[in-house]
Amino acid sequence: MSLNRKAAAHIALVVLSLIFFMPLLWMLSTSVKPIEETMKTPPQWIPSQFLWGNYPKAIEYRKEELGYIPFLVYARNTLLVTVLTVMGAVISNTLVAYSFARMKWKGRDLFFGVTLATMMVPFPVTMVPTFSLFKWLGWVGTYRPLWVPAFFGGAFSIFLLRQFFRTIPMELSEAAKIDGASEVQTFFDVILPLARPAVAVVALFTFMGTWNDFLGPLIYLVDQNTFTLSQGLQAYQTQHGGTPWNLLMAASCLVILPVMVVFFLAQKVFIQGIATSGLK
Amino acid sequence: MRKEEKRASRDGWIGVLFALPWIIGFLLFTSYPLIASLCYSFTNYSVLRPPSYVGLANFKELAGDEVFRKSMGNTILYAVGAVPLSAVMAIGLAMLLNMKVKGMAFYRTMFFLPSLVPQIAMGTLFLWVFNSDYGLLNNMFKAVGISLPNWLGDPLWSKWTLILIAVWGCGQAMIIYLAGLQDVPVSLYEAAELDGAKLWAKTRHVTLPMISPVILFNVVMGIIGAVQTFAIPQLMFPGGAPARSTYMFAMYLYDNAFQNQRMGYASAMGWVMFVIILALTLISLKLSEKHVHYEGG
Repeated sequence: MSLNRKAAAHIALVVLSLIFFMPLLWMLSTSVKPIEETMKTPPQWIPSQFLWGNYPKAIEYRKEELGYIPFLVYARNTLLVTVLTVMGAVISNTLVAYSFARMKWKGRDLFFGVTLATMMVPFPVTMVPTFSLFKWLGWVGTYRPLWVPAFFGGAFSIFLLRQFFRTIPMELSEAAKIDGASEVQTFFDVILPLARPAVAVVALFTFMGTWNDFLGPLIYLVDQNTFTLSQGLQAYQTQHGGTPWNLLMAASCLVILPVMVVFFLAQKVFIQGIATSGLK
Repeated sequence: MRKEEKRASRDGWIGVLFALPWIIGFLLFTSYPLIASLCYSFTNYSVLRPPSYVGLANFKELAGDEVFRKSMGNTILYAVGAVPLSAVMAIGLAMLLNMKVKGMAFYRTMFFLPSLVPQIAMGTLFLWVFNSDYGLLNNMFKAVGISLPNWLGDPLWSKWTLILIAVWGCGQAMIIYLAGLQDVPVSLYEAAELDGAKLWAKTRHVTLPMISPVILFNVVMGIIGAVQTFAIPQLMFPGGAPARSTYMFAMYLYDNAFQNQRMGYASAMGWVMFVIILALTLISLKLSEKHVHYEGG
């Protein structure tokens, strides 16, 4: 490739990545500023002092000033729901995908097609009756509507895992069966260990989806004590007269942090997972 | 022979057993709600009292409901802006990254990171970025004497805020396109170059057709996603202010169901939107037959 072409690409990449990263950088910068500096024109990127104290201030539960926004409690709640949901997703989706991929039963492929079709049903359509169902069960106001459905599988994860399971050679299953293994044993001892990367992707995506979920908690959670971080952040933002942007940005940074950490630890898994999901 | 038959039928019900969680889930959380929602749309239903049949009244009301029309219009305009622009940005970035310049992993991370940010944090962040007095954008340009619009307060510009945010979050789609680009056989590009094709021609005749299935997938998913846009406008523009310019379909549905306690009406809305999405998807698939090119593998 010509030198000119490469140089142009480099410049474009640098400029674009700066533009993409700027809002995040701005958020970080604002979060450690004293309040007066947030309002400066032109915008000041590097604060005169690094008020790391903004962070504990943002999460402190202070009755008069901040109103009732116990961030740490919200973080714990969100973590609880997320862990339960990820567990449910991993358990149910692996079983179901295995069935679609490596077991033969009548109507299997037709049902798989229907499964794919369900990905096209927008949530608002099913929202109302699902809510009614949970209300009838008496589960509104608890976390159950948020994590119990995960134990019944989800179309996207089933799709992802099924595609992956199909890439494992049938010879392995057949060898196991010749050795006398039952279907269950084949699943646990032969296939599952091989599927670690795909399962990791499912776990990751589920983690992100649950951590970021806003509508679910909004509909089903009633008691302020049980709210999740998404609701906490929203309450934080609407609760103030003159919004203390520096504290608000600090709170936002804290909410984003866990997802970022997980991403950096599992970068490869992430990228590969997204790539395969779109292609097959 | 008999042993194999026995095994086949035993496999049969074990297979169903393994799939049971999803079968139940599908019935409970997809089929039942879909059908129930259709039934509810013919009723008046506030969750406090059982539903009462009202025939087509909800649909008639929808036809005349100005707010419904506005929210649909807003959602469609938003989708028309966000889906193509995100796709162009995602494909463009993917093509840049595909040039395999040094530091590709770093740039890829920069573009991908924004798509990980939770919706609520994005809403909060961009309330700050688009703030017309002290926000990053207007403030920066004010310093060089350019005055940018009042993103959050001007009904003409508010949707652009949402569209720009959508483009900013195109990182996930970019990764998918990047994988698709890497699947394009180099030999095709070489053949094109032999024919004297330059960059734009190569893009138009080799790249785009080869990744067209991926484009289709992302466009369909994009439309479905656009229709469900809720969290960011709900946070940044409560009630769809200013002047209902950002009142999205999902917001109106939510308000009807949970604020106005009109679940029957909300269900009717949901089904109308569902039919529209199905139609759009079918149209996309139909169009794609002409333009989308599937390789063997």
